[in-house]
Amino acid sequence: MFRINKGQRLAVLTASVLMTTAATGVAKADPLLFWSTAATPVEETKMMREQVLAGFGKPVQYLAQDPGPFATRIGAEAQAGKGTIGIIGGLHGELASFSSGFVDLSDVVGKSGAKVNGAYAALGKLGTSEQKYVPWMQATYIMAANKKALQYLPKGADLNNLTYAQLIEWGKTMRQATGSPKIGLPAGPKGLIHRFFQGYLYPSYTGSNVVKFRSPEAEKMWGDFKALWAETDPGSNNYGFMQEPLMAGQVWVAWEHTARLKDAFDKMPDDFVAFPVPAGPAGRGFMPVVVGISVPKTSPDAAEAKALAAYMLKPETQITTLRVTGFFPVVDVTLPADMPPSVRLSGAAVAAQSSASNAKPSLLPVGLGDLNGKFNKAFSDTFQRIVLRGEDVKAVLAQQGDVVKSILDEAKAPCWAPDPTTQNVCTVE
Amino acid sequence: MRETRWLPYALLLPATAFLLAFFLLPFIEVALNAFTPKGGGPFSLNHFRTMIGDWKFGPAVRNTFVLTLIIVPLQTILALALANLVMKVQRRADVLLYILTIPLGISDLAAGLIWLAIFEQTGYLNSILSGLGVIPGPQTILSYQNMWVLFAAVILAEVWRATAIMLVILVAGMGLIPREYYEAAEVFGASAWKRFLRITLPLLKPSLQTALILRTILAFEVFAIVAALAGTNLQVLMGETYAWQFDFQDNGVASAYALLILAISVGFTVLLLWALRDRTGVRA
Repeated sequence: MFRINKGQRLAVLTASVLMTTAATGVAKADPLLFWSTAATPVEETKMMREQVLAGFGKPVQYLAQDPGPFATRIGAEAQAGKGTIGIIGGLHGELASFSSGFVDLSDVVGKSGAKVNGAYAALGKLGTSEQKYVPWMQATYIMAANKKALQYLPKGADLNNLTYAQLIEWGKTMRQATGSPKIGLPAGPKGLIHRFFQGYLYPSYTGSNVVKFRSPEAEKMWGDFKALWAETDPGSNNYGFMQEPLMAGQVWVAWEHTARLKDAFDKMPDDFVAFPVPAGPAGRGFMPVVVGISVPKTSPDAAEAKALAAYMLKPETQITTLRVTGFFPVVDVTLPADMPPSVRLSGAAVAAQSSASNAKPSLLPVGLGDLNGKFNKAFSDTFQRIVLRGEDVKAVLAQQGDVVKSILDEAKAPCWAPDPTTQNVCTVE
Repeated sequence: MRETRWLPYALLLPATAFLLAFFLLPFIEVALNAFTPKGGGPFSLNHFRTMIGDWKFGPAVRNTFVLTLIIVPLQTILALALANLVMKVQRRADVLLYILTIPLGISDLAAGLIWLAIFEQTGYLNSILSGLGVIPGPQTILSYQNMWVLFAAVILAEVWRATAIMLVILVAGMGLIPREYYEAAEVFGASAWKRFLRITLPLLKPSLQTALILRTILAFEVFAIVAALAGTNLQVLMGETYAWQFDFQDNGVASAYALLILAISVGFTVLLLWALRDRTGVRA
């Protein structure tokens, strides 16, 4: 009755193995398809549709994607020379790899009537003479702490001017007082801990993000990070968005993206404080994040897509976007008084962080294109091998340094800030 | 007669077209991807070299094999026991069978999430244990620090979810065994264990073979349950395939992984076909 012959067996076998490689794509005809990596949590996607895009007046289908499928479809449509994606929203680094497939948006900035941040607009040219993307919104990573943690701050420590050494000491005191580690880092599969290494630890300890990957300063850095990890909640390895363990009280002090702290600040505004990231021997490394909007050359309706891009830049839209996503405006706006608590808390910390005297801003990787994922892997692999598996620091850095070097060679990417920006291919010393 | 000669072929056509379009073509593309260097060029083993050179490759192979070699035998024994139980029940055996197969109706990922809700730091197990005062507060159960717990959780979830697929096949197979054999054995005073060993098992071989092949192939593709319960702490082959395809954007290495899984699956299928082959047919 349940006998299966050889042919069917083979079919079942082939089927089950190949199911995973078959990709799907559904074509929609009418509304403008907005393909984006922003506002991925379901609630945010919903608010983006109902509160931000509804005001445009014409139907827009907003689809929030993970970076992988996001890039795969853009690449496929560009390669095919025709597509259904009308407009694209993504991080600077995610857009950079498709620059040749985007139309020039120079006229959009003027049409919107908004005053766009000049530095970000220049970034949006992606090294060409055309406006490949218009900046859409910005964010960065900051620290958040439960007010219960403040009593354990090391003596003489200033919350707005912490060092990594003080953070470790703070963590140690909290662990001894409460019986469990209270620092949290988003080191889970959906977490952004690789940005912590790229834009925070490395610049703070070595003043570089790539060139000094295996320097003596980097060895010291990983040594210190091991000490920090000892004071870190072991559940960190599963955390994606730190707002959840913060609200659950499992974690008291966390490093996280402002958008991923939003819920905690909005739902429990009186329980938390936000403050700048700590500084290391080389300064206070931090990473501003720029999200941009592009229109692919294959867009079914480029004119309407441009109109939508201009609409997204309007000060009113930017304020609604901030309310919905927790990402800050990139145009000059006067924030109304009734902004949510997350904006107040994060806004102050972001300002204090970027205006610190020892601030060391660091860009998201530039020019890596589809090698971005592998670049991130190189950093999280280094972390997993040194910290989780306890391998020798020097040996791992030597090997992973080769990996980083080969990625840069393959991408032929010049260095980006804070490494000295030259035209030559960036390399690991 | 003449009009119906083409009928079987016509009936097979949709299935054949489906297989060609959705399985054979993607398979050929995956195979080509795996052997084509990035940016095109002649045949190369570079993607396989990258795959094997990655430090996660060893753990992924080892973990996948360990999981399969524990889960499949465990499920076989459990499924045999349950199938016997279902056969023994006199009234409403179908109801029992339906209940036992409920987990089959749940997707892998959902099953993983159900077990995650139990084992999580804020999960049911922690709440119950701390509520009873057994532990002082929520503990991290699924941590990279206790790998064996991760393994145990994955095995538990897999056994819970996928034993039923073997059970269904085995129950069907047992139903085909003529009652006369058992009656004869009973006349000669064979114990229940002996009857199972000498009658059920040998006559169940074809069904057992099918069940084992299906289950082993699925076990080598274990992914969603591991992803839900262990995240990236427990590397498995399919997880690495996904990561290379979507996180690291390297189609070539992902294809190499897919081909490796295919090769292992084919290898085990052949092994099982050989080990459980029908020897009576050869003699006849």
